[in-house]
Amino acid sequence: MKKELIELSVNGRSHEVAIEPSTLLLDVLRQNLQLTGSKRACDDSSCGACTVLIDGVAMMSCTLLAASCEGQEITTIEGVSEHGSLAAIQKAYGDWGGAQCGYCTPGFIMTVKSLLAENPDPTEDDIRNALSSNLCRCTGYNQMYEAIRSAIKAELAGIAATR
Amino acid sequence: MSTDFSIIGKPTAMVDAAEKTTGAGKYTDDLSVPGMLVGKILHSPYPHGRIKSIDGSRAEKLDGVVAVVVGKDAPKTYGILPVGHDEYPLALDKARYVGDNVACVVATSEAIAEKALELINVEYEVLPAYFDPEESMKAQSNLIHDNKPNNIEKDYHHVFGDPEKGFAEAEAIAEARFIANEVTHAAMEPHSTLASFEIDPHTGKPGRLTVWSSTQVPYYLQHKLSLVLEMPMAQIRVIKPLVGGGFGGKSEVIPLEIIAAVAARKAQAPVKITYTREEVFWAHRGRPRTIVDLKTGVTKDGRITAVKARVVQDGGGYCSYGVVTILYSGALLGALYDIPNIQYDGYRVLTNKPACGAMRGHGTVNVRFAFESQLDELAGKVGMDPAEIRQRNLLQPPCITVNGLRVQSYGLPECIEKTVDRSGWKQRKGKLPKGRGLGIACSHYVSGAANSIIRSDMPHSTVNIKIDRDGGVVVYTGASEIGQGSDTMTAQIAAEVLGCTLSRVRVVAADTDLTPIDIGSYSSRVTFMAGNATLRAAEEVKKLIAAAAAKKMGCSSDALAFANDAVSIKAGPDGRERPSPHSLSSSSASVSGRVEGQILRGSLQQKRKDEGPKDSMTFEEAVVAAIDFHGALTGTGSYAPPIEARGGKHKGAGVGPSPAYSYSAQVAEVSVDEETGEVTVHKVWAAHDCGRALNPVSVEGQIIGSVWMGMGQALTEEMVWKDGMLMNPGLLEYRSPSSVESPEIEPIIVESVDPEGPFGAKECSEGSLAATIPAIANAIYDAVGVRLHEAPFTPERVLAALRAKRKAKSLNLTEGIDPTSPERFREHGGSLWYKGKGPHRHALDPSRQQSPSAPGGAD
Repeated sequence: MKKELIELSVNGRSHEVAIEPSTLLLDVLRQNLQLTGSKRACDDSSCGACTVLIDGVAMMSCTLLAASCEGQEITTIEGVSEHGSLAAIQKAYGDWGGAQCGYCTPGFIMTVKSLLAENPDPTEDDIRNALSSNLCRCTGYNQMYEAIRSAIKAELAGIAATR
Repeated sequence: MSTDFSIIGKPTAMVDAAEKTTGAGKYTDDLSVPGMLVGKILHSPYPHGRIKSIDGSRAEKLDGVVAVVVGKDAPKTYGILPVGHDEYPLALDKARYVGDNVACVVATSEAIAEKALELINVEYEVLPAYFDPEESMKAQSNLIHDNKPNNIEKDYHHVFGDPEKGFAEAEAIAEARFIANEVTHAAMEPHSTLASFEIDPHTGKPGRLTVWSSTQVPYYLQHKLSLVLEMPMAQIRVIKPLVGGGFGGKSEVIPLEIIAAVAARKAQAPVKITYTREEVFWAHRGRPRTIVDLKTGVTKDGRITAVKARVVQDGGGYCSYGVVTILYSGALLGALYDIPNIQYDGYRVLTNKPACGAMRGHGTVNVRFAFESQLDELAGKVGMDPAEIRQRNLLQPPCITVNGLRVQSYGLPECIEKTVDRSGWKQRKGKLPKGRGLGIACSHYVSGAANSIIRSDMPHSTVNIKIDRDGGVVVYTGASEIGQGSDTMTAQIAAEVLGCTLSRVRVVAADTDLTPIDIGSYSSRVTFMAGNATLRAAEEVKKLIAAAAAKKMGCSSDALAFANDAVSIKAGPDGRERPSPHSLSSSSASVSGRVEGQILRGSLQQKRKDEGPKDSMTFEEAVVAAIDFHGALTGTGSYAPPIEARGGKHKGAGVGPSPAYSYSAQVAEVSVDEETGEVTVHKVWAAHDCGRALNPVSVEGQIIGSVWMGMGQALTEEMVWKDGMLMNPGLLEYRSPSSVESPEIEPIIVESVDPEGPFGAKECSEGSLAATIPAIANAIYDAVGVRLHEAPFTPERVLAALRAKRKAKSLNLTEGIDPTSPERFREHGGSLWYKGKGPHRHALDPSRQQSPSAPGGAD
């Protein structure tokens, strides 16, 4: 297949990449753009390790054609920290044991970002259901809930401090 | 919980947490080097076949293909155990399972490599295959390995005490068959290896090899590479990047790790191979399907008098860790309860399926499921509460069990007490609504094996520390961080001993060029063994610093305290701790070292101005003084298990002994839907004796994670086979639980402070898994009165048990079709279509036209 040029906006930056039309977004991110934070952990879009935000919505980059993402704002894990310091959810995952081997962590953080953007004060069940699109083999998920609660508190405290 | 440590015992974020939460950390597949090519492996489609010829010529001609690699390119066997060198990286003479590795294509892209795989012609002579271990054990011909008669990889027969007498004394006996089906690690990161040779500029030949691999055992990988490639180990550098989980699936050398190196040698270019998720399932090395025939006797007071276990493990096509697995099944009947008489007969059997290896809890898990279930049954027979019967059979340490295991710290009594208390066991058992129940079970595990695979008296871990004028503490450890937190443990121990902040410590780990040997992250040995080595290395370098500081402050070394990033003279005669003017206001560990680093630099510049005797120095001042007096500041520490912990002398005694065992007691609360057979776990209270919790956040995470994995094996996870073909090689089909299927797990840390563990610590990552399965089984019994003997407890199995209890007519799907068709689904490895027998196929079904023996009777 002959390559064609597309333009992708990733983490606020524009990139021109030459790809075959069948190329998946995950592979463009990992190979063409060296953004290796998004991971491949399955063959059949069943695990969520490749989760990115497309215009703020959590989607699996292993099932998106890169070409179809032109004109959309793609956010990967690399775009989550602000001004070089950890976002609240990233620090909380570290402090509360939400990440053990860390392989599923980028995917989870994107999912959590998407959840909190839509629902800033989720219930236990809301969180559980939102996280069900990502698989983890290390943590049993329990400490992730604590991390998320702590991050929500920190965000609210941060927002209150600026008022 | 301890309060007199600065860093130990405090919840600490992992030192590599930021790498993981920002995606900056590199796992093997994230790496690339210039000129790197991609490798793809061709797998055998047959469960058993002689390889008559391999023709890769058409593949080689495809544009973009650089090399086609076959077995003949590396005709040297290897295996993780010295007695089990029965694998070639690429099959040479035979393929022994569907998924066995037969050839490898190296190409400029994954797409081209995949296309090339289809162009490789392999001629097989298909051989009869064995799928059921009890059938395979009878094999007289077409053996899977010619040197293993009856396809038995290894069998052991042990008698400790006098089991016959023990059973004669028993006043209640239970005997049953338990089956635990096959499960696998399914770590989120698929196996991946990048191999790169330096090309000698003079000869153009491959020289030194560097391998980055997702491994738990970089040193074993270095060793096996040297065997197969016939290169000296010193010419091979193995580097472990971040690893996305192992659980034992990466605790041996996986074929692709060697194939990548062989491919890089043939292609004269760096080669990276990453498994697909499906290939990870075929690579397997998980927990074998196990048949446990167990008989236990107790007195009417609930005291265990004898245990007889016959264990058959369905080991797959190669030895792998098999000999160790079958030994663990018998050995760890001991060291949990006081059992005076044990008879053990274990059979590790070969079958034509992917090889089984080590998986969290190893061979102890499936036997523990049987034992804890049977103990509950006996509790019922003698009219005793299940928690109480366990409390009646406690060991009295320090002691040596009847099968030669030394037990020192023993937190099991406290674990049982705490879990009974927290779950409200006494108040609630028997009083829950219909269909809801509580179940209790216990388990334990080694903190590392006292006898290593490498038969020698060498240390199992060595750690080096260097401290230089910059005041940075660099710890060189072979310990492999796989997500369990070993890098953090290393930093914590070094910082605690040296009294410096965590941010001062940098851990360089698992690089065979830089770090001394640590035998690997398996058997939960790292905290105990590498931790002890780290402690000793830190103590050694601390002595040098203390001597120099003492000289400067005009006191003796013993009078010094190392804490809060300072070296101070200890409290005076009035007992009050003299506050150091240089100590930082906060001693708690920090995730980001940036702020403290700036403070340190400021004070360092300050301190250079005033010299002269005082009662305190900063850490850097003491370090600078030590370098001035002694020269380079380095320390080495090693750990080898003491001879007293290494066990008995009987055949197979090498497996089981450990310097310390962890203990777990769990209560599970479940609901059973009697209409659908679905089991819901509401909560698990899991008490775990880890000796000392060096990092409570990590310890709790490990307890929760192992209970969760045990629950997966108990309820949903199962590898399903048909004629040697894996039917569910995907994470959803394998049914790894997601958040909505995962219960609340309350970890309860118990600290028995082991006399030999570093700061008293023991393992906390494997010991809890085994108890979860029987805790759930026992809770199901409490809920609906059925005892399940086969895991996982799927709705089908629960319904079948409920039906049997009601003596309902069992559904027979093959009734009236063919009297010789299999009666049990599992016969012949699970194929209902074996030899054409089974339910009717539709008249127009193509396979019916082809096969000579049509299923069922006449049309």
